[in-house]
Amino acid sequence: MTDAAVDSSTTTDRWSARWSAWRLPRGLHPGAWWLWALGLATAASHTTNPLGLTLLVTVAALVVVARRGHAPWALAFRMYVWLGVVIVAMRVVFRIVFGGGQGDYVLVRLPEIPLPEWAAGIRLLGPVAAEQVLGGFYDGLRLATMLICLGAANALANPKRLLKAVPGALYAVGTAVVVALSVAPQLVESVLRVRRARRLRGASGRGMRAFWGVALPVLADALDRSLALAAAMDSRGYGRTAAVPAGQRTVTGTLVLGGLLGVCAGTYGLLDTTGPGYLGLPLLLAGLVAAVGGMLLAGRRVRRSRYRPDRWRLAELLIAGCGIAAAGLTMLAGTVDPELLYPPVSPLTWPELTPLLLLAVAVAAVPAWLAPPPTPVPKDRT
Amino acid sequence: MIIFDRVTVRYTEDGPPPLRDVTLTVEEGELCLVAGRTGAGKSTLLRAINGLVPHFTGGTLHGSVTVDGRDTRRHPPRDLADVVGVVGQDPLSGFVTDTVEEELAYGMEQLSLPPAVMRKRVEETLDLLGIADLRDRPLRTLSGGQQQRVAIGAVLTSHPRVLVLDEPTSALDPTAAEDVLAAVTRLVHDLGVTVVLAEHRLERVMQYADRLLYLPGDGRVVNGPPAMVLAGVELAPPLVELGRLAGWDPLPLSVRDARRRAAQLRGRLADGAPPAPTPAPEPATALSARKIVVRYPGTVAVAGVDLDLQVGRVVALMGRNGSGKSSLLWAVQGSGPRQGGAVTVTGSAGDVDPKSLPAHQARRQVGLVPQTPGDLLYLETVDGECHQADQETEAAAGTCRALLDQLTPGLPGDRHPRDLSEGQRLALALAVQLTAAPPVVLLDEPTRGLDYLAKRQFVSLVRGLAAAGRSMVVATHDVELVAALADRVIVMADGEIVADGSTAEVMLASPAFAPQVAKVLAPAPWLTVDQVAAALVVEREPA
Repeated sequence: MTDAAVDSSTTTDRWSARWSAWRLPRGLHPGAWWLWALGLATAASHTTNPLGLTLLVTVAALVVVARRGHAPWALAFRMYVWLGVVIVAMRVVFRIVFGGGQGDYVLVRLPEIPLPEWAAGIRLLGPVAAEQVLGGFYDGLRLATMLICLGAANALANPKRLLKAVPGALYAVGTAVVVALSVAPQLVESVLRVRRARRLRGASGRGMRAFWGVALPVLADALDRSLALAAAMDSRGYGRTAAVPAGQRTVTGTLVLGGLLGVCAGTYGLLDTTGPGYLGLPLLLAGLVAAVGGMLLAGRRVRRSRYRPDRWRLAELLIAGCGIAAAGLTMLAGTVDPELLYPPVSPLTWPELTPLLLLAVAVAAVPAWLAPPPTPVPKDRT
Repeated sequence: MIIFDRVTVRYTEDGPPPLRDVTLTVEEGELCLVAGRTGAGKSTLLRAINGLVPHFTGGTLHGSVTVDGRDTRRHPPRDLADVVGVVGQDPLSGFVTDTVEEELAYGMEQLSLPPAVMRKRVEETLDLLGIADLRDRPLRTLSGGQQQRVAIGAVLTSHPRVLVLDEPTSALDPTAAEDVLAAVTRLVHDLGVTVVLAEHRLERVMQYADRLLYLPGDGRVVNGPPAMVLAGVELAPPLVELGRLAGWDPLPLSVRDARRRAAQLRGRLADGAPPAPTPAPEPATALSARKIVVRYPGTVAVAGVDLDLQVGRVVALMGRNGSGKSSLLWAVQGSGPRQGGAVTVTGSAGDVDPKSLPAHQARRQVGLVPQTPGDLLYLETVDGECHQADQETEAAAGTCRALLDQLTPGLPGDRHPRDLSEGQRLALALAVQLTAAPPVVLLDEPTRGLDYLAKRQFVSLVRGLAAAGRSMVVATHDVELVAALADRVIVMADGEIVADGSTAEVMLASPAFAPQVAKVLAPAPWLTVDQVAAALVVEREPA
């Protein structure tokens, strides 16, 4: 009996130890957040039910607020939400302006603008029906929700860390993108600096002459900077490669190029329903295998290690799983009762939720508690 | 550790070689200082150590450079990355990643060190350079001194045996420069790293150096202990000049050396006093600014500053990086932001506020040369710039060229402005601004990258412009320059003026701003070697 008591207490200890280790603040693998967000976006793309879509946006916002870090990109989420609002508004306005005016419940009658004969079929303004406005709203909401889901991924995961996770063969491309990203703000800075300096010489800031007066010093500056950067990267060991026999290089190149060609042709075959069957999925898969093989081979040439790489652990798996499950549940709901996922606008009905859709939303919200909290704010932020 | 064997470097077939038949050895654990005039080949020498010359820059290198037994001919810079660490002049342009911790790890990732080693070395390096509290900070938000220390840390993590630093303190205020130099000397003494360091302001580093490589500019390299090499050098830091004047041998390299020997000199100077500052009667006011406020999102750069500039006087504006010096100058000129206050320029057109004028008229009231003078220049030749300046200001043809010839005689007119030396480019930008004949001229950090000779020319140039009735303001960190140049010193901190007075008053009041001569001869109020020399001549004459 005492043995059993000891046993149970150690198990609880072990579980609580595991739980507190789980709760340690850390940055999650960016891939996990992206998979979760893509899952949500997929779910959103399979419904126009405004209740479901609103719930999905709420869930995305909830998770972002609960688990975003303190870096500048984390604050971009608000921008995506505003963009979503703009999309919905645009859709509704377009429906009103080019509406066509089908529907029984006319809200207002705007004066119709008569168009010439050749523009028959297009109607400007005229009576505005509730069905038409609602249709635009549903459509816009779906698009906005997908966008907001991707915005959530951007706010939760450092886009640059995602680049760091690319396979070794694409390492050089990743570096180029990172450098380009850091050059952009520098370029803006030097444009501002030179424009200020041009004012000191009494330049008006307009016309071709003023343009060259700014462009030339900025370009010269950018060139100097990139030379300095290239020299610095070279002296810090960038591009140290393991010796590769010429034969292997040829094999790698052929595999990657041939594989990518196969992927292109395969995608075409898949989309073009009139082509022969073997051009579709089989070619796509074969091309994919060849390209991945080539990249793996090429990746072996790049000899470098990674500092504090993001590891794919259980939490990452669960969070990506939540996103995929949400997408799957929504699709399942679509096959069970499609009319609830695409509520008809005519006749006007109040949209209803299905239990499966609710479950999908609930699953999507789980990462707000399941994910480890983000790393705290550095002490001396200025 | 570093062996140059009969090295000659040429960039062009017919031009003079920056390095000619150089043979030298730098021993392990030395701090080796590289000095010489601008364009004498310092950067070429430094870049030859890790093979950037000629692998990266082009040109031809005869002879051989060997570092830790590796010949740079067979090893390009990337293969020497584990032996030589190089930090360039502008640390920001050499950063590859965007946060401190990732930047420290970058070099090690390239050398494919195991993750556990990387983790440990990053922590060690953060502590070694005192930047542990900056680890998550984006690199762009760091101050100049912090960036320089991160750049040094980023190459140190690869555990190089040799560290090459190209003017690490040129853009830093005195305190930040001290931080960086303290870190470097700690590396030399505690870790035995061999350091090769180029520097214009020798007064800061010569006391730490074991060896001095002096490049006279003709391709030769003079190699020896600092005190010996400096004895034969034409222009040297004030301490060395003072030592020569007093006939000390060997020459003093630190304030401590000099002070211990200066007892007799202090005695000789006890009767004399430095000449009283220039004319006592208050000259006319050229510019008066009241309650200037400059705000940027989140910070107040200038907090209600009053500033009066007198005709014919030189004012030095000092203070640490980010204390609001530049913002004040730009606000006074009228081109920069200004949220409050008023500026009145008393010129030929009566009392006006330059901010209320269009840009081409504002420059006739107040001329400003920005921190990077090259920003003002955008044409392909010197003559083109001069011609354009005449046209812009409706001045008589040849005005700008005549001004330029006063500042630096004989600059070839067909030269591209970017091919000029720092000093020449500054002179050209200044001539362009002077073409508009403004009564007030503001210079923002003009002496960055100038050697002693160019600085001496700059001092006489600014004094000449002041004597011609202009009111001059020079924002600078260079204490020795201020001692020789200014009538009045204003010190700013956090957007406010904390000290304002005659040069002697302000500079003698605190050790941070005291020039070396003052430190050696304290408590007597001497500021420059020239003053001491004049007093010694006077003393000798009656005898």
